[in-house]
Amino acid sequence: MKPEDRVEGRHPMEEFLRMDRMPHIWCSGCGIGIVVTSFIEALQKSGLDPNKVCVCSGIGCTGRVAGYVKLDSFHTTHGRPVPFATGLKLANPELKVVVFSGDGDIVGIGGNHFIHAARRNMDIVVICVNNFNYAMTGGQVAATTPIGANLSTAPYGNFEYPFNLPYLAEACGATYVARWTCLHIRRVTKSIQEALQKRGFSFIEVITPCVTLYARRNRLGDGLNLLRYYYENSEIRHGADTRTLDIGYQGKIIVGKFVDIEKPTFLDCMNNHLRKVLGDKYQPWGVKS
Amino acid sequence: MNVRKKSADPKGVLTGVHYLDGDYAIAEGALAAGCRFFAGYPITPSTETAERFAERIPMVGGVFIQMEDEIASVAALIGASWAGLKAMTVTSGPGFSLMMENIGLACMMEVPIVIADVQRGGPSTGLPTLTGQGDMQQVKWGSHGDYEIIALSPDSPQECFDLTIKAFNLSEMFRVPVFIMTDECVGHMHEKVVIPPAEEIEIVERKWYEGPKDKYLPYKPDVDLVPFMVKAGDGYRFHTTGLTHDERGYPVINAECQDWCVRHLCDKIRLNADKIIEYKEDETDNAEIVVVSYGITSRVAWKAIQDARKAGIKVGSLRLITIWPFPDKRIEELAGKIKAFVVPEINLGQIKREVERAAKGKVPVYPVSHCGGWVHNPDNILKVIKEAAK
Repeated sequence: MKPEDRVEGRHPMEEFLRMDRMPHIWCSGCGIGIVVTSFIEALQKSGLDPNKVCVCSGIGCTGRVAGYVKLDSFHTTHGRPVPFATGLKLANPELKVVVFSGDGDIVGIGGNHFIHAARRNMDIVVICVNNFNYAMTGGQVAATTPIGANLSTAPYGNFEYPFNLPYLAEACGATYVARWTCLHIRRVTKSIQEALQKRGFSFIEVITPCVTLYARRNRLGDGLNLLRYYYENSEIRHGADTRTLDIGYQGKIIVGKFVDIEKPTFLDCMNNHLRKVLGDKYQPWGVKS
Repeated sequence: MNVRKKSADPKGVLTGVHYLDGDYAIAEGALAAGCRFFAGYPITPSTETAERFAERIPMVGGVFIQMEDEIASVAALIGASWAGLKAMTVTSGPGFSLMMENIGLACMMEVPIVIADVQRGGPSTGLPTLTGQGDMQQVKWGSHGDYEIIALSPDSPQECFDLTIKAFNLSEMFRVPVFIMTDECVGHMHEKVVIPPAEEIEIVERKWYEGPKDKYLPYKPDVDLVPFMVKAGDGYRFHTTGLTHDERGYPVINAECQDWCVRHLCDKIRLNADKIIEYKEDETDNAEIVVVSYGITSRVAWKAIQDARKAGIKVGSLRLITIWPFPDKRIEELAGKIKAFVVPEINLGQIKREVERAAKGKVPVYPVSHCGGWVHNPDNILKVIKEAAK
């Protein structure tokens, strides 16, 4: 009997993983894999048909998620998974489309797409793994780097104001906004499940350690140290005013579910508006008759 | 070729005789071809296509979305195409530059999409409202790396309609982005456009895979080199990436796979070039001079050709409809029989360069260049024809 034929030799999530692509490229101590585990568990619990769930990633460490999940999965260009997801979703509204990418991808180079998809209330889930730096390219300063952190393109420490992502998402119109550290495994899973089961633009930020670059350059210990540090320095404050969620260097991280509202999606608005204006001439799109 | 054809869906076909500009005709061609997804960003002189599509699609059934920029527009097209819809956008120079990133992705992922470039004078913001033909090389080379695309050039609103349908058909046939390289003059020129009944319009269906689910390989070339396609949501759970990939669509980062992957992208167009290339000839049999032209310039050149014939010069016309892949073979054949080529175009010799390359030094190639802002004065083309005939 080969190891993969034994029940105990199989990965419990292998139905959702491309086992023929393992081992993955992530460093030991990296938090991305934990978020993938949470995502798959959330997907299993959501009751959604996995054949109707798509994952779109951009470029970067988290951008590799699309390559490992066994779903219709799209590894797109840098910063563009959100508009790519927009096209997928609008062309086939039956699909549940998830953008799974990093902070550099989603709010750095892809920031414009992110704010517009949130503004339109595009019915997609955006999972943003925030490791405070551009890791795939070797640890450069990012739009999320806390002031004072040292990175290869901020060799004397970062002096730029970073984004407060939940505030940005809420201000742009997101209907679901949460932030966790990746060690809040059950809470991340629950948030992703809620987002998957919700209609509207959902945004979940997950703080993860980048052990090889961010932690090493700033002498913050190994992955496990930093995982614990983020977890222990977080404070759960559901419904907190998103304006108060800035993250300082090795400072307190406010986590929780901040926004969970109902609002018609882009397609709802399009169908409702055009039906009202055009009457029976209008051919509704993506509405089950 | 492994091609399945059907007639057009009558819902999108506005059968009748119309008076339309080229931009509108592109929108009607797209709707007739079955395009049901348009993502775009306004830019002069192409916006009318987006406006027409936005006005018409609610009654046909489909999606129009104005995106935040041209980068997002092409990203959305690729997503929509993977979801199974025919998708297009339209733009002009500055927007075309922004699109280059995801045009590369569409080539790499082998996704059928259609993009119309209503050219204006460049570079940069250039001449927003005035004509140009300066993007003819950009369309071929604008994204990084080696790849092949198909580009067509209409010379009238009627051809804008006809070639947009052809663009969709070629795009589905070869799983490749196809470009309609028109210009401000043709885009804003109003002429008679005849839209035939739906049953007379031939539509190429996508090469849908129908084998067992677990055997599907998104990048395994078929006999005609074009791989079969599936769409998102059908349970294939496929992966696709902009990275160099193998038949499974999985990234493989080494020189061997790069060689296989990139040669495949180029070969499926290069080796099928004869099935793609279309041009129109007039009196090339006994010609001493052949004028090679395309788009609006071919209509201006026609006056010069007639004047030259009146002056006793044996002039033929080779009007390019397909620009890329370039009709190398025909140019070389003609080069063996004639005295010279004359290439008028609204740029500083972008297609003249190709004619020269294809003619392999057998005969001289005379450019008639123009930086844009207006079409040529036919007399300037005539002057060069006369000089070439000396």
